[in-house]
Amino acid sequence: MHSAATATDFFFLSRIWLIPLFPAAGATIMFFFGRKLQKTTVNAVCVGAVVIAFLFACFTVLDYTHFAHGTGQPYEKSVYTWLGSGDGGLTFIKKDGTHAAFNVDAGFLLDPLSAIWLLFVTGVGMLIHIYSTGYMAHEGGYYRFFGYLNLFMFAMLTLILANNYIMLFVGWEGVGLCSYLLIGFYFHRKSASTAANKAFIVNRIGDAGFILGAFTLVWYLGSFQFTAINHVLRSGSFQIGDPVLTAAALLLFVGACGKSAQLPLYVWLPDAMEGPTPVSALIHAATMVTAGVYMVARSNAIFVLAPTAMKTVAIIGALTAIFAASIGLVQNDIKRVLAYSTVSQLGYMFLALGVGAFAAGVFHVFTHAFFKALLFLGSGSVIHAMSGEQDMKFMGSLRERTPTTFWTMFIGMLAIAGIPGLAGFFSKDEILWQAYTKEGTAYHFLWFIGFATALMTAFYMGRLIFLTFFGKPRMSHEVEHHIHESPKSMTVPLVILAIASVAAGWLGIPHSLGGSNQFGKFLEPVFAKEEPVLEAERPAQLAAGEKEEEHTDPMEYGLMGLSVLAAIVGLGLAWRAYAHAGKDYKEPIAEKAPPLYRVLYNKWFVDEAYDYAFTGRRKVGDVRLGVLGLGEASSWFDSKIIDGVVNDAGWVTRAIGTLSSWWDKWIIDGLGVNGPAILARMLSYPARLFEWGLVQWYALVMTTGLVGFALYYVWK
Amino acid sequence: MLPITTLHYLVVAAALFVLGTIGVLTRRNVVIVLMSIELILNAVNLNLVAFSRMWGNLHGQVFSIFITVDAAAEAAVGLGILIAFFRNRETINVDEIDLLKW
Repeated sequence: MHSAATATDFFFLSRIWLIPLFPAAGATIMFFFGRKLQKTTVNAVCVGAVVIAFLFACFTVLDYTHFAHGTGQPYEKSVYTWLGSGDGGLTFIKKDGTHAAFNVDAGFLLDPLSAIWLLFVTGVGMLIHIYSTGYMAHEGGYYRFFGYLNLFMFAMLTLILANNYIMLFVGWEGVGLCSYLLIGFYFHRKSASTAANKAFIVNRIGDAGFILGAFTLVWYLGSFQFTAINHVLRSGSFQIGDPVLTAAALLLFVGACGKSAQLPLYVWLPDAMEGPTPVSALIHAATMVTAGVYMVARSNAIFVLAPTAMKTVAIIGALTAIFAASIGLVQNDIKRVLAYSTVSQLGYMFLALGVGAFAAGVFHVFTHAFFKALLFLGSGSVIHAMSGEQDMKFMGSLRERTPTTFWTMFIGMLAIAGIPGLAGFFSKDEILWQAYTKEGTAYHFLWFIGFATALMTAFYMGRLIFLTFFGKPRMSHEVEHHIHESPKSMTVPLVILAIASVAAGWLGIPHSLGGSNQFGKFLEPVFAKEEPVLEAERPAQLAAGEKEEEHTDPMEYGLMGLSVLAAIVGLGLAWRAYAHAGKDYKEPIAEKAPPLYRVLYNKWFVDEAYDYAFTGRRKVGDVRLGVLGLGEASSWFDSKIIDGVVNDAGWVTRAIGTLSSWWDKWIIDGLGVNGPAILARMLSYPARLFEWGLVQWYALVMTTGLVGFALYYVWK
Repeated sequence: MLPITTLHYLVVAAALFVLGTIGVLTRRNVVIVLMSIELILNAVNLNLVAFSRMWGNLHGQVFSIFITVDAAAEAAVGLGILIAFFRNRETINVDEIDLLKW
C-alpha cells in the first residue's frame, strides 16, 4: 500500500487532469483565432497539443505502474467538487429510504483499464492528426477541422479519465457532439448534414438509457463514483440477479448500443462515413465507438451481478457481429465496407463482455483500434489517389502505383482476418474461446455465430483489398492518370499503424501458445472476480470445472485451427472471386444468388423499416405506420372519437337546454306565472272601469256617497 | 230687526259649502279647484265659529284657527305639486291629470 504522501511525488500522475486540457486549449485557440491562422500554425498548435498529450499520457502511465506496483490499485484524483456539496448539504433519498449526499467531483481515475484506453486514444489520435495534415491539405475549413478534432480528443480523454458516471457522461456527450460536427463537416452536402443529424438523434436514444441507468445506480447505491460503486457491489451484500441492478445494467447497455453502434441502434454508423476519412478512422472506428465497450467494462461489477443483462449483451453482440458482416459482404463503397466491419467487430467486443471475458473484449478494442484505424486511413489514401472516388467497382490494380498504401492495408487485412501472428488473431481467438467455454449450450451457438462471422470478415476484407489493388484498372483515364502515392505525412502514420497491427497482439499471447497474456494480467485487478457466482452455484460450477478439464487444451487448439482455416478459406474465396476482376466486372454474389444479394445490398432493408416504423418518411399509400402512424392514429382517434363524443355530449346538452328553455319560457312562465296574472287582469277589468284617474270623478263619487248617507240618516 | 241666529250662520255656511263642492267637481283648472277647497274649509270654519258663539265657549274658534293653518299648509303643498307638475306636463287641467289609477 502507498500512502498519500508518496502519491504526490509522481509528477505526471498527480497532474493527470492536464491531459485533456492540452487538446482543449488547442480547440479553444482554433475557436477564437483559427480563421486568421496559417495552416502551419494550425498544425503546430493542434497536432502539437495532441503530441504533448500523448507524451504526457505515456509518462503518466509510467508513473502509474510505479504507483501501483502491479497491484492494479486505482489512482484517483479529485480536482474539485463539481456538483453537490462535500458536507452533504445537497441530499436525495435513496431506494432504501436513507438520505445520501449528492456529490459529483471533477475527478480523475487511472487504473489499468483507463490506462490502456488513454494510451491508444492519444497514440492513434496523434497519428491521425498527423495524417490529417496531409489528407486535409487541400480542403476548406482546415482550422475548423482541427479544432473539432482537438475538441474530440478533449471529450474522449474526459470520458476515459472520469472517475464517476456524470463526468463520463460529459465526455460521452462531448464525443457525440464532435461526432455530429465532424460527420457534418461538409455541411453544404445534404447527405452529410442528414447523416450528422441521424447520428446525433440515434445516439440520443442511447444516451437516454445511459443517464437513466446512471441515476438508477445512484438511487440504489448512493454514489456515481466507480470505485465507491465497485466497493459496495463487491462487498457481497447483493444478490446475483438483483432486479434493480439488472435494470441499471440493461439501461447502461442501451447507452452502449447507441454509442457503440449495436443492434438496433447501429444505423447511424455506416452513414457517419459522410465525414472526412480521418474522422471515420479516429472517431467512428478506433476510439469513440469503443466508448460503449469501455463503459460496460467499467461497469463490470454491475454486469457480473446481472446475468440477464450479460446474456443480453452477449446475444446482441453476436447478432450484431454476423448481421453487420453479412451487409459488409456486398457493399461497393470502400468506406462502407469498413464501417460495417467496424460494427461487426464491435459486436465481437460485446460478445466478449457478455460472456464475462472483459479482458478479451478490451484486448480486441485495443488491437482493433490499430488495424481498423490503419484500414480507414489506408482507404483514405486510396480515395486520395482516386481523386475522391469511393466505389470499388471503379478501382482495381492500384498496388503498383500506391505501394505503401497497398502493403500497409494488406497487413491490416491479414490482421482483421485473423491470420496467426497478427493482432486480430489473438484477440478474436480469445473471444471465441471464452464464448465457447462459457457454461451452457447457447454459448456454443454464440461461438458458432462468431466463427461464421470470422469467415465472412476474411471474405469481405479480401474482397475489399483484391477489388482495390488487384485485377484490371476499371477507372476513367483522367482518374487513372492522376493516381499517385500519398505524401509522407499520410504514409508514415500508415506504416506505424501497420507495425502496431502486427505487434499489438503480442501483448496478449495466450498460455496455450507459450505466451503469458500480459495484457489480461495487467487488466485482471479491474474486473470483478466471479467469486459470488461460485458461492451461489457451487455444484454446477464444480461439474463445469470437471468438464472443462476434460478437453481444455486440445479443444483450444482445435478451435484455433478452425478459425485459422476460416480466415484462409475466406481470403481464398475472395481471391478466386475478385482478384482478377476486369473492366466487365460483375458482382459474383449477385449472379449466383440475386435475392440474397438484393437483401444484403439493401442492408436487410433496416433503414427502410425504420423509415416506416420511426421516422415516418415512408408510408403505405397515405397511411403512416410505426410510431408516427400510431401518433397520427391517436390524433385521429382523439379528434374524431374523443372530441366527437365530447362534441356530441355538448350537442345533447345544448338540445336539452333549448328544450328546457322553451319549457321555462312557455310552460312555466307562460302558464304558471303569466297565465294567472293575465287571468287576474282580465277578471279585474270591470273593477278598473271605476278607476279611470280623474280626481274630480273620485270627488263626485265621494260626495254622492256622503250626500246619500246624509239623506238616509235624515229620512230615517 | 230680525236677530241673527245660529240658523242664519248655518244657512250661509251650507251655501258656501255647496258652492265650494260644485267648484271642486266642475272646474278644470287646478288653481280654481284649490280655491274651491278653501271655500269648503271656510264654510266649515263658519259653522265652528257659529257653534262656538252658540255654546258660549272658545273651543270652536280655536279649532277654526287650526283649520286655517292647515289650509295654508295644504295650499303651499298643493301649489308646489302643481308647479312641479306644470314643469313636466305643461298643463294644469285636472281632466288631463289621470295617471293616478289602478
